[in-house]
Amino acid sequence: MSEKYKDVIIGLEVHIQLTNLKTKLFCSCSNDYRGKEPNTYVCPICMGLPGSLPVANKRAFEFATRLAIALNSNINESFWFFRKNYFYPDLPKGFQISQYNKAGGRAFGDGGEITIKLNGKKKKDLQLNRIHLEEDPARLVHKGSIATSPYTLVDYNRSGVTLIEIVSEPVMNSPEEAREYLKQLKSIVQYTGISNLDFEGSCRVDANISIKGHPRSEVKNINSFREVERALKWEIQRQKNLIKRGKDLIQETRHWDDKRRITIGLRTKEFEKDYRYFPEQDLVPIDIEKTFINKVKKELPEMPKTRSKRFKKDYGLSEFDSEILVLDKDIADFYEEGVKSQKSYQSDNYKQFCNWLKGDISRWLNFNNKSIKDTKLKPKQVRDLIKFIKEGKITGKIAKSYINEMMNGTEISEILKKTGKKRIADEAKIVSIVRDVLSENQNIVEDFKKNPKALEALIGKCMQKTKGQLDPEKTREIILNLIKK
Amino acid sequence: MKINEYMGFELIEKIENKELSIQEIIRSYYERIDETEDNLHSFVHLTKEKALKKAKKFDDDLKRGKSVGRLYGLPIAIKDLICIKNNLTTCCSKILKGYKPPYNATVIERLIEKEGAIHIGNTNMDEFAMGSSTENSCYGPTYNPWDLARVPGGSSGGSGAAIASGQAIFALGSDTGGSIRSPATYCGVVGLKPTYGRVSRYGLVAFANSLDQIGPITRCVHDSALLLEIMAGKDPLDSTSVDIKVDNYTEEIFQSIEKKVLGIPKEFFGEGIAKDVKNSVNSAIKKLESLGATTVEISIPHLEYTVPTYYLLCMSEASSNLARFDGLRYGKMHEDLSGDVFDVFSRTRGEEFGVEVRRRIILGTYTLSAGYYDMFYIKALKVRTLIKNDFQEAFKKCDSIVCPTMPNTAFKIGEFINDPLQMYLMDVLTCPVNLAGLPSLSIPCGFDNNELPIGFQIIGDYFDEKGILNIGYKLEQELKLFRKLAPVKK
Repeated sequence: MSEKYKDVIIGLEVHIQLTNLKTKLFCSCSNDYRGKEPNTYVCPICMGLPGSLPVANKRAFEFATRLAIALNSNINESFWFFRKNYFYPDLPKGFQISQYNKAGGRAFGDGGEITIKLNGKKKKDLQLNRIHLEEDPARLVHKGSIATSPYTLVDYNRSGVTLIEIVSEPVMNSPEEAREYLKQLKSIVQYTGISNLDFEGSCRVDANISIKGHPRSEVKNINSFREVERALKWEIQRQKNLIKRGKDLIQETRHWDDKRRITIGLRTKEFEKDYRYFPEQDLVPIDIEKTFINKVKKELPEMPKTRSKRFKKDYGLSEFDSEILVLDKDIADFYEEGVKSQKSYQSDNYKQFCNWLKGDISRWLNFNNKSIKDTKLKPKQVRDLIKFIKEGKITGKIAKSYINEMMNGTEISEILKKTGKKRIADEAKIVSIVRDVLSENQNIVEDFKKNPKALEALIGKCMQKTKGQLDPEKTREIILNLIKK
Repeated sequence: MKINEYMGFELIEKIENKELSIQEIIRSYYERIDETEDNLHSFVHLTKEKALKKAKKFDDDLKRGKSVGRLYGLPIAIKDLICIKNNLTTCCSKILKGYKPPYNATVIERLIEKEGAIHIGNTNMDEFAMGSSTENSCYGPTYNPWDLARVPGGSSGGSGAAIASGQAIFALGSDTGGSIRSPATYCGVVGLKPTYGRVSRYGLVAFANSLDQIGPITRCVHDSALLLEIMAGKDPLDSTSVDIKVDNYTEEIFQSIEKKVLGIPKEFFGEGIAKDVKNSVNSAIKKLESLGATTVEISIPHLEYTVPTYYLLCMSEASSNLARFDGLRYGKMHEDLSGDVFDVFSRTRGEEFGVEVRRRIILGTYTLSAGYYDMFYIKALKVRTLIKNDFQEAFKKCDSIVCPTMPNTAFKIGEFINDPLQMYLMDVLTCPVNLAGLPSLSIPCGFDNNELPIGFQIIGDYFDEKGILNIGYKLEQELKLFRKLAPVKK
């Protein structure tokens, strides 16, 4: 841990929408509200109309069970939902149906942990406090920043969508740890198949942040995992600056303004929060039976932690490589599909396939903000790419230039035909190109005599001239030979 | 005999035999409403035009041999807190002024949409069912048809008065701590509070959701049995409704009650019960004995704690149930929009709720607050369990429990309106039943010396509506009080 974050204590409350459910938590309205006309995916129940009653969506319990198992959280086999009472325009009943772990209430699961790696090396188990189910409030829409918007619009389409809240203990000591925690959580959620966290607004984070010995602040409204690190850094700096100036911090709720990228203290009335939790008696107690838990457990896919161990063992990948590879389930699945039935594959093939995925392909996906499933890329293309390089038809450099076309599903042989780019290994041809380059770059040749590293610059010039088609090894040999002459 | 003097099941026979048309019946009830409504004020919204149109359609259907449902277009009055699609449902509160729900309560689906009762209007009640006299309505009180200077009981007072005076043949009420049985008693009619979970609450605007039940108010036990038969049973829209077989109540009522053991809870005949009430109830018990039933003394030792327990719980629940009325989505929002959203919510709720509703919300908010929750709410839940246990012990010794419904008869309008505690104490014999979740039937058993009706309460074991309707029917046939319409006199 860097000196900078000594004494920082962070706890996260992550709210994840179960986007893979078909219907909302307590009614049969569609969950798929994104991009729909406001206030059209509603019914008397999720609008909280007088007289309406909630009916629990059993599938949500199955999803929560999957996550609880994956996070190693102890599932409570019987619990009541509780009402969390407060007034807000996004809360149509004046209370949120949630779970509570006090006053006779129980969370869905108690405890649990997420393992992270710091600087890619040291492992740290981050303890969870609990996970629980609750209904999402409506969506408030502002013009620009919440602080300056002249109005608030309410869209109840989101009202009643299932949220699962994952509450960590205050065990993180830096924004980087928080980032790693969320990265692992996202991966686990993807493996359980309960949610697609790439959907906008599918996860929201409240962060509790304090400097040891000072009151904490709760930063709300961090609407994506990416924003969390940024918000934490800002808030820590704000608190430290105040301390430096000898000011007292106060315990408060702050709002992350993602437009201005600052936290702002919202003007709140001077009263202590009291949600008056008590049992929701419109629902009967929920029983999560052992046999049900076992059934869910059996159907759960291999989790990333186990999978990376197996990748290391089965494919001879390094721990580092296999951990990165399994992080995104779709990529890991792609990998397995690609290498599994290849009897001729040896450890170098496994490694190359992995490198293409975690390198150029991942970069392309990140840049284009896409999941590998959204592309037309097929495992055979990656296999061909590796094969063509091995057979000397193309160079690594040429291969890199194929990525864009590959992602559209074009076969490697097609790309080769289309671009006409292939490896030039003919010695006479290379010699003639090298000669030209040497005579055009006398200064570098001079330089080489003092500094052997200038060789790379000459290879670069040759590649530039041929758009990367020259065989790099042969080119190197020939340059050395010709210079020495 | 006039149309309005018949029982519901008799009118059904007359329609089946083509002696009466549905339109004749509906018209006759609206005539009675026209005649008496100025004096009674049982209704807060009437739906005459729609009702007459539907009656005509039903008559046409019958002529063509098409079925119109088991209830044959008979007029039903609905308490103003049961949702009817596109129909005013205001809970007799200013805050719901003009509110028309976009959906039907399950009981409306079953009685009206499926079995063809015709909705003739919404009846008056205490605002959000909070009260025992129907004086807390934003539309003003309902008057007792036996003595217009008196209250009809509450909170379903409009339904009670409408049935007693022949303004409707069927009515629905809701009962949280006695709100069906109190008006049934004071108006001299039959009122049934089913077991919690017997009838779907979907579409019933909640007052205290762990206690509320919808039930019928009718002229005779047979009619209540008929309505319950249709309304009862599991509803997928209400998780607390129970999937237990619904009996053929309209057939079971005729069974003999020989060998039935009736429990007489000594605490229900104690201090504070009017002498006339005790005498009348005791003589009714004698009648039941003459029919072959035997009696045994039982005890509900925690009765003295039921009123405070009941009020703690119902206020706590109400404070949360009524939080949704902020004026933002429906109903009435305060004109003054200055300040922030909380200012507007406070202003709306502060001015559009009546005094009794505000009192209960504030007390309920208090009892659920941090630091008081254990002391009040949790403790009340524990006492509730003790009361349940008392009844469970009692039912080891008897089939049903018989006692007075109300400790008194109808009191004067305004007599207790400024003394809420006295008013609350009148629920002492009814609210324990809600705390335990049991079914209970109230039927008239006589009159006091002011010629005001007295209520006889029959409490059954869980889901034994069959048993209490059976006893009620037999007693009613002995007493023969049910033919008499209330005079609607000053």
